[in-house]
Amino acid sequence: MKGLMSISALVESMGEMTHRAGSRRPIVMSTRIRLARNLAHYPFPGWAKKAQRDEVLGQCLDVVMQVPKIKRPKGGRLDELSELQRQILLERHLISRELICEPEGAGVIISISKNQACSVMINEEDHLRIQVLRNGLHLKRAWNFIDAVDNVIEQSLNYAYSKELGYLTACPTNVGTGLRASAMLHLPGLVISGQMDKVVRAVNQLGIAVRGIFGEGSDASGSFFQISNQQTLGETETDILQRLRSVMSTIMEREQDARENVLEKDSSKLLDKIGRAYGILRHGRLISSSEAMNRLSLIRLAIDIGSIPDEFRDLVDPLFIECQPGHVQFSINKEIEPTQRDVIRAAILRQKFSKIPQPVFGHLNL
Amino acid sequence: MAEPIQCDLCSKSATVHLTQIVDGKIHKVDLCETCANEKGVTDPNGFSLGDLLGGNVENERLGNAPIHLKCEVCGFTPADYKKHGRLGCPSCYKNLRPLIMPMLAHMHKGTVHDGKIPRHTLTREEQKQKLDDLNASLKKAVTEERFEDAARIRDAIIRQIEKDEGAHVH
Repeated sequence: MKGLMSISALVESMGEMTHRAGSRRPIVMSTRIRLARNLAHYPFPGWAKKAQRDEVLGQCLDVVMQVPKIKRPKGGRLDELSELQRQILLERHLISRELICEPEGAGVIISISKNQACSVMINEEDHLRIQVLRNGLHLKRAWNFIDAVDNVIEQSLNYAYSKELGYLTACPTNVGTGLRASAMLHLPGLVISGQMDKVVRAVNQLGIAVRGIFGEGSDASGSFFQISNQQTLGETETDILQRLRSVMSTIMEREQDARENVLEKDSSKLLDKIGRAYGILRHGRLISSSEAMNRLSLIRLAIDIGSIPDEFRDLVDPLFIECQPGHVQFSINKEIEPTQRDVIRAAILRQKFSKIPQPVFGHLNL
Repeated sequence: MAEPIQCDLCSKSATVHLTQIVDGKIHKVDLCETCANEKGVTDPNGFSLGDLLGGNVENERLGNAPIHLKCEVCGFTPADYKKHGRLGCPSCYKNLRPLIMPMLAHMHKGTVHDGKIPRHTLTREEQKQKLDDLNASLKKAVTEERFEDAARIRDAIIRQIEKDEGAHVH
C-alpha cells in the first residue's frame, strides 16, 4: 500500500500529547480514550495464523483509511517502519509496546489535527484498537469523536458482538464496551507529600487504575500518572466516563490541597528543588531521560505556581516527549548509546532553557 | 501482645478470621468487620473465600474448569488461556462459558452489556442467519424430493437477497 507514514513530518509537528491548544490547565496533561474491537468470524490476533492476520490487516486498513473523520491519515504495516520510527510513535503514545513486540501482520493509521491525535492500531491484542488523544481534560469530546469513528467503521466491518456480553475482546478485562478512558495527571504535590500510595489504594477500590506515564508496568516518572477505568462490562459508556471524571475531580482537588500544604509548611524545600532543577536543566551536561522527566516536572510545577511565566508552558510541555530516547536519537538522525544520548539530551535542554527565565519566588510572599 | 492482623482488603485491624478448604487446599482470610459485612461473610450460603482471594482466584478457577472444555471453532482450551492470558476467538466466550463467566463476575461491574450496539453488524448477521437457514431448508427439501417446497423456498431466498440488497442501498 502506498502513502506510508512520514514519521519525520509527524515528529516535526507539535506533539499531540503536549499540544498548545488546551494544555493551559495545571494538573491535567491529556485525555485518552480507546475502543477495543474485533472482527466477527476471525480468531483474535494472538491466536490467528499469519494468513488470517494479513487478511484482517488488509480489510481494516482499507476501511479505516476511508473514514472521513480520520483526516489526512498516514498509515501502513508496522514491519515497514524502522525500529527508531516505531520508538518515536511509542513515545508519542500513538502505538503500544505490545504492537511493537508483534509487528508481523500489524499496522497503524494515524491522523493528527490541531486539537487531537487519532490512531488506529491493527492486530494488537485486538483486531482494532481505536484511540484518540486530546490535551487537557476532554472526556466527552474525545468520546463523541471516537464514537462517531467507530460507527463509520462498523458500517463496513462486522464486529464480534454478543447481545449479552457486548463487544467481544481477546482479554476478558475489556469485554462489554471495550472502552478504556484515561487522563494523564501531573501530581507532584501528592508525590512530594507522600500521599500517592493512599490515593492509589482508594481509587483502586472504585474500579479505577493508576499507572505510570507509559502505561502498564511503567514507573511514575516525572510524577505523571494515568488514571483509567478498569471495568468495561455492566455499565454504559456514559456511566464509565462519569465515574472516572468524578474520581479525577477528587484527585485534582487533593493535588491542589497538597501543593498548597507543601508551599505553606515546607516552602524552602520545594523552592530549593525547583531552583536546582532549573540549574541542572539550564547548565547540565549529562542528563538521563528519567532525570529529565523529574526535573521538568518541577519546572511544570513552577509554572503552575507562577514562578515561571505561563507563556513558557508551551516550551516546557513538549520536552517531556522530546527527552525520550527515541526522540533524542531522531533529533540527530542516528542511533546512539545511552551515555551519548544523555549528552545530546542535556544539549537540547540547555538550548531550550536558555529561553526560559529563572524561577522567581518573590510573589509567593514567603 | 501479638501484633494485630491487618484486614486483607483494607488497612484496618482484622476481627473476622476464616478458613475454607477447597479441593484439598486451605485458604485463609482475615477481614475487618466492615469488609466482612460488605462481602456477605455473615451469610454462610452465599459466601466463598475464592471470591475474596484476589490474584489467585483466576488460577483456582482455571484449575477447576472442566478439562474437556474446548472451543469448537478455534480449538482453544482453558490451558491455553492459562498460558496466554487471552482468548482464541469470539466464539470462546460461548464455548468456554463455564471458565469465563465467573471471571467476568469478578472483574466487572456486572455481567450483562449495557453499552452501545453495532446496529449494522446485527442487521447483517441476522440477514446472513436467515439466508443460511433458508439454504439449509432448500437442501433438505431437494434431498427429500419435495420439489414444490423447494421451489417455494428458492423464491423466498431470492426475495430475501433482494430485500437485503435494498437495505444495503439505503
